[in-house]
Amino acid sequence: MAADDLCLLEQIVARHGNDASKLLQILREVQECFGFIAPAAVNSLAESLAIPRARIESVASFYSFLHLTPHGEYRVLFSDNITDRMLGSQDLMAQMCQQLWLQPGKVSEDGLVSIGTTSCTGMCDQGPALLVNGRAITRLTHQRVMEIGQLIRNRTPLADWPADFFRIENNVRRSDLVLGSTLLPGVVLQIALALGGQHVVDSIKTSGLRGRGGAGFPTGLKWEGCRNAPGSEHYVVCNADEGEPGTFKDRVLLNLQPDLVFEGMTLCALAVGAKKGFLYLRGEYRYLLEPLQAVLQRRRDDNLLGKSILGFPGFDFDIEIHLGAGAYICGEESALIESLEGKRGVPRNRPPFPVTHGYLQQPTAVDNVETFCQAVLALHIDAEKYRAIGTEKSSGTKLISVSGDCPRPGIYEYPFGVTVREVLQDCGAVNTRAVQISGPAGVCLGESEFGRKLGFEDLPTAGAFMVFDDSRDMFEVARNFVHFFAHESCGFCTPCRVGTSILKQTMDKIAAGHGTRYDLNEVENLDRVLQTTSHCGLGRSACNPVLHTLKHFRPAYENKLKSLDFEPAFDLDGALARARQMTGRDDAGAHLKAEGI
Amino acid sequence: MSDTFQLDGATIPFEIGQTVMQAALAAGHYIPHLCYHPEFKPHGSCKLCTVKVNGRTAASCTMPAEAGLNVESEIEELNALRRTLVQMLFAEGNHFCPSCEKSGNCVLQALGYDLEVHATGFRHLYPDRPLDASHPDILLDFNRCILCELCVRASGEVDGKNVFALSGRGISKHLIVNAESGLLKDTNIALGDKAMQVCPVGVILKKRVGFSTPIGKRRYDQRPISAQALDDAPRQAAAAGSCESCEGTP
Repeated sequence: MAADDLCLLEQIVARHGNDASKLLQILREVQECFGFIAPAAVNSLAESLAIPRARIESVASFYSFLHLTPHGEYRVLFSDNITDRMLGSQDLMAQMCQQLWLQPGKVSEDGLVSIGTTSCTGMCDQGPALLVNGRAITRLTHQRVMEIGQLIRNRTPLADWPADFFRIENNVRRSDLVLGSTLLPGVVLQIALALGGQHVVDSIKTSGLRGRGGAGFPTGLKWEGCRNAPGSEHYVVCNADEGEPGTFKDRVLLNLQPDLVFEGMTLCALAVGAKKGFLYLRGEYRYLLEPLQAVLQRRRDDNLLGKSILGFPGFDFDIEIHLGAGAYICGEESALIESLEGKRGVPRNRPPFPVTHGYLQQPTAVDNVETFCQAVLALHIDAEKYRAIGTEKSSGTKLISVSGDCPRPGIYEYPFGVTVREVLQDCGAVNTRAVQISGPAGVCLGESEFGRKLGFEDLPTAGAFMVFDDSRDMFEVARNFVHFFAHESCGFCTPCRVGTSILKQTMDKIAAGHGTRYDLNEVENLDRVLQTTSHCGLGRSACNPVLHTLKHFRPAYENKLKSLDFEPAFDLDGALARARQMTGRDDAGAHLKAEGI
Repeated sequence: MSDTFQLDGATIPFEIGQTVMQAALAAGHYIPHLCYHPEFKPHGSCKLCTVKVNGRTAASCTMPAEAGLNVESEIEELNALRRTLVQMLFAEGNHFCPSCEKSGNCVLQALGYDLEVHATGFRHLYPDRPLDASHPDILLDFNRCILCELCVRASGEVDGKNVFALSGRGISKHLIVNAESGLLKDTNIALGDKAMQVCPVGVILKKRVGFSTPIGKRRYDQRPISAQALDDAPRQAAAAGSCESCEGTP
């Protein structure tokens, strides 16, 4: 490693105060500077942070965007959500691989480029999308992919690529309370400061606000629990690790209403007695880092953050942004806290809950981006009025991320209680076969259920709304989701680590035409084990996509099955594929003749 | 007088801070387990010790004991789940009991017999896991690793060496050692380390002592694991340490 590189490494570590709990941030910056985390860098970090080098490797290897071996000067990752696939992402990736002469997942011989896939990048309304060296490019076409290939081959620095490639649309289609808000920064905070933290807690409780990350825990109760929990420090954490495939509302909120997010966090700090807050931003939204930091700086300059906020002595609060590095599981709040502490994002054993034992084992309020925005508006319009919006048990509005088969994908904000059918009408969807609510872990609805309502009474959702028309094979949708879970399982507990891989194997077996009824029954057995013994929600919901699509679209499975009770997954003809590749043959003579040998 | 909870109809006393598993073992009641070890802070990854607490399933090794809980363990529904978990662990690695030095002393194998796992259940994954025979006195056979993290905890908490750690994610998660070469010979492990004694399966082996006790005369060849696990359990249990390299244990 060159002297100036090492110097840079030292600077990175120094910027983070030689603090091992900032390991993930340090590794992310090293990755960004050097393209990978070299063994020499690991040694140097182990020494300066005084931790075992194995711990650094252990952490780095957990996150998809960190590499311990060279991964090319240009690292291209195609977003692999089902909505990207429906827009042709697989063909586009094949095209780029052919153009740059390499196989997916491999680094080119000259070390120039690697091409692979990654979980949903949150650009479903403007896909197909990809990330190149962590920067998002949307609206891919054959033309655009060819241009990208040429830029890579010419070694054009990313900074000189056409700005239009990196343009991200907001696609707001329907605004209500939150997206329509023109509230000036500090207005609600000023009033809240005069009334005090207890008043904030009481008002939020009265408003009936529930968490918008999907689980719907009452926000007022969470803040009260955190306020009353003993601890040397209290913390506020904003969960902006929006990883649920098909969701992109937080991206739009952070872009359009960042002041609402930060004001909500500051209100929460007042309510729980925190001096420090973190915004955990998913790595896929790296492009939002600088704009968000500029907003934070402006709020500091306006005395909306920092010491004695708005002149109230003793109310000190500031916010730091942490970036994720490609791990869906970090959206689970205790895994997110582990990640904030610079560790592998493995969900903790609960109890205790973060509200009493969170960041650094101190009381911590973790809330979703949208929840913080809603909290500000609930206080602004008055808690009682807020409670009157939506339904009895789901007060306020909800941002819905609509993608898939419809002419107007984007963000729709509705009062809770809107039916699936209304959303479908607004986005212009026709011939809809199914809607997937709240991502792969959520529910898949068939046409008979389009009258159901979005809200905690009926269909709780974090916001994803993926539309599938009658041209889609729902088996393939479920298979995509099953692959997603297997890829994102943290691997901590046996049932999820092994079960998601076995489920993936079973779905691939059915797709390859070797499935039987026995395999379908086995999915139900697997589901029982995963639901009852998994460590966290990922494992518990991993079989949902299969069970839900089986319920509504059983023929999509059955027409792929062999009419046998049992069929081995081993494929004799398939085993010759390698030999065919090596000999360059694919004629009839290079295949086993009889079907079903 | 300490508080009590019910376990399969028996009254179990416990002290504040004990988990259901710790209290049960201390009171002489066995709950099947694999990654739990009485000398280390429990982390609850293998899920073999799953019980029903007031009707809901939970890992008993991490579930704090509370007065009045109704815990069910020795019921067919739970043993069926445990059988599947054992099958999953067998399918995940490369386990060939007849040629394994640990056969008869292996906790995974013993649990398999005791829970009556008669079939493989799943298509095996056959992962590629090269051996590490670099160390003059110690062999690492990763094929048998069940990722229980006991060696990680022992090396971190007791030996203070952090020789082992887990790397990767999901099904690619695997054991690594603390050396740039990735080889055990370049670590500071020693034969006397606690990490050498805790592997429940046949990953960490001392060289040149293979098969000194013939198969058939080994620990679990004599009596099933359920009849022996209590021998290992301290009657007073409150193990708590900190482990830099451990997962999910702040």
